[in-house]
Amino acid sequence: MSDIKIALAGNPNSGKTTLFNMLTGSKQYVGNWPGVTVEKKEGMLKGFDNVIIQDLPGIYSLSPYSLEEVITRNYLIDEQPDAILNIVDGTNIERNLYLTTQLIELGIPIVVAVNMMDIVRKTGDKINVENLSKALGCPVVETSALKGDGAMEAARRTVAVANSGENKNIPCHFEGSVEHAIAHIEESIQSIVPKHSVRWYAIKIFERDEKVLEKIKLSPEDNKHIEEHIVECEREMDDDAESIIIGQRYAYIAKLMEKTVKKSNKYADGTVSDKIDRVLTNRVLALPIFFAVMYVVYKISIGTVGDWSVGFMEGLFENIGEFVSGLMEGNVSPVLQGLIVDGAIGGVGSVLTFVPQMIILFLMLAFLEECGYMARVAFIMDRIFRRFGLSGKSFIPMLIGSGCSVPGIMASRTIENERDRRMTIMTTSFIPCGAKMPIVGLIASAVFGGSALIATSAYFLGVAAVIISGVILKKTKAFAGEPAEFVMELPSYHWPTVSGVLRSTWERGWSFIKRAGTIILLSSIAIWFLSSFGFGEEGFGLVEDMNESVLAKLGGSLKWIFTPLGFGNWEAVVATVMGLVAKEEVVNVFGVLSAVGEGAMDILEAGGAEAIEGLKPIGEQFFNGSGLSAYSFLIFNLFCAPCFAAIGAIRREMNNAKWTVGAIVYMTVLAWVSSFVFYNLGLVIRGGAFGINAIIAIVIVVIGAYLLFRPNPYKNEKISIKYGDQ
Amino acid sequence: MTLDKVKPGETVKVVKINNTGAIKRRIMDMGLTKGVEVYVRKVAPLGDPMELTVRGYELSVRKEDAAMIEVIQGGKN
Repeated sequence: MSDIKIALAGNPNSGKTTLFNMLTGSKQYVGNWPGVTVEKKEGMLKGFDNVIIQDLPGIYSLSPYSLEEVITRNYLIDEQPDAILNIVDGTNIERNLYLTTQLIELGIPIVVAVNMMDIVRKTGDKINVENLSKALGCPVVETSALKGDGAMEAARRTVAVANSGENKNIPCHFEGSVEHAIAHIEESIQSIVPKHSVRWYAIKIFERDEKVLEKIKLSPEDNKHIEEHIVECEREMDDDAESIIIGQRYAYIAKLMEKTVKKSNKYADGTVSDKIDRVLTNRVLALPIFFAVMYVVYKISIGTVGDWSVGFMEGLFENIGEFVSGLMEGNVSPVLQGLIVDGAIGGVGSVLTFVPQMIILFLMLAFLEECGYMARVAFIMDRIFRRFGLSGKSFIPMLIGSGCSVPGIMASRTIENERDRRMTIMTTSFIPCGAKMPIVGLIASAVFGGSALIATSAYFLGVAAVIISGVILKKTKAFAGEPAEFVMELPSYHWPTVSGVLRSTWERGWSFIKRAGTIILLSSIAIWFLSSFGFGEEGFGLVEDMNESVLAKLGGSLKWIFTPLGFGNWEAVVATVMGLVAKEEVVNVFGVLSAVGEGAMDILEAGGAEAIEGLKPIGEQFFNGSGLSAYSFLIFNLFCAPCFAAIGAIRREMNNAKWTVGAIVYMTVLAWVSSFVFYNLGLVIRGGAFGINAIIAIVIVVIGAYLLFRPNPYKNEKISIKYGDQ
Repeated sequence: MTLDKVKPGETVKVVKINNTGAIKRRIMDMGLTKGVEVYVRKVAPLGDPMELTVRGYELSVRKEDAAMIEVIQGGKN
């Protein structure tokens, strides 16, 4: 017997994911739909050996306008699954049935699972499943994904309709003249489209659905004939064809509701969820509560527990490294020892260091998402963030990013809109993370006499970079398109399931290790090689002194790039490159390459006068004690490519090589330009000569201002959905 | 009157959606169609977006999008 394919379709927040997990258990395959970041999940139905369940993106409609909807449409039309299992949220049945009526038109055998029945019963509402089944012409099963009731029953019924191919679907009925036009369209296309889907195609053609029209390619005569009918309907109803269909579909559902759903007025003054919401998004209390929640999330993931776990993991890998070193000492060549201990173990360490912290963060994010508060975060913060092409939900990645960019970038996963998500990923690492603070401290102590203003200004610069990037980037072609309309469902609050939270945490954590891990490991090894090999006295080989390494030579040949920024010496270049391994490395490298020596970090941590005195040689040697040079270096290191771990996270979340490279290049260019403008205008203000660099700096400022304030040239361009264009 | 001008606590009826294409479709797909009753629950703490109850569920809409939706006073409550 060949495999049976069942498509799982439903609205977002309908409990689809919980149900999918329940039906497939651990036998899941998670990937992406080709070319896009939308997740694709497949699994084998428990208790059957030939039934594959394909989870489709959560959608509200089969319109041609959003990526998720187009993916779902194309899958259902082109792959022709044997049956559809449609999950309907029983507490929100009216809007959920809107998708159901569209799925029924596809003519694929379908079973409707009315989910969340436990909550429906609690509110005292009654849903007459038999009447609903009669009206829709397909089996309707009551389920409660939270309690686990009915899920297997729904799956078994779906397998049964898939096997029998039984299909008595009764599509929704439109008014006379619309039906008349649709009948005409059906007649003209019946020889070109699969028989069972004729009605779906006919309705789409009536709606003038571009994607379908491209695919069908009607003859000019047919087209003209059909267009006449459509125009006639539009005139009669004084609306466009698409709106006529939507309006009448909802009208049909409203009638269906009268026959099948009885609302109780048990909670006339609001359900428990309403009461919670009245407090959580209250005009006065919403912001204090929001900041309190964020404080807890931050404190736990980045503060106490996060700090401790990162420290623990670092210590662990140091010990492992020392242990392995001890074993190898004298037994293997120093090259191999270096490669394994410093390159491989160090690299793996830098991947795994973040994992416990990330798991803690993901646990909390999954909780906030599942219980419904995450949608309110977007609701509360939208007003501020949307101006910069970001989502209200971007607040969390930025906040977490002030501790560590890696989990910050990973937290952008909660943003549904692809453009908002990409923008968030690109800008999160501008917020100075914990590892950049030692650089800030170094510059403050070594050059600015320990001024606290330096640290404060670093955060201001970070926020400014986010805002400026947001405004400039959202007007570029890459982010072009209609402004994403913010019509968002605010789901009811409910307790998350333990298994749901754990599973989501596990999936995110594992995907970081798997997809970000490779890039972190490889680049760590590459940098280890560059910094420990070179041409010493005995030719090419391991070198004791970093002065002789390939990296030092490389730094020397690249220093001209940084001369106009005020720090054109190879040591500063090497420090910056080493900062890619981990930003705090910058301090160590400067220490080793100067009179300060290996204890630079300890001196910095001692703080106060000791740090100012102890680190002074670094300021003198690399920046000539110039505040301008040193601050310019700081700006560059705050904005340029983040550490490899963060680059790995960016790659994981962008899921696209071009976007990853684009993001890194953008950051580095912004870093260079900002430092250039700062340093050269600074020179002029300090009374230096007005040279060519100052003129270039002014030109850059003018261009920047233009990019910032110009009207958006792509404002009215239509969203182009590039997925699976036939 | 347009929906963005409606005060929290009021119930109105949708008359027309003044837009075309993807945005109109999305608004209507979410159930904001001609003749439907909309209850304005609240406005976000920073003044935008607004939260509506429509067809028995909660929906948040930005004021600039709500400005496309023409409504009349009426309905129960």
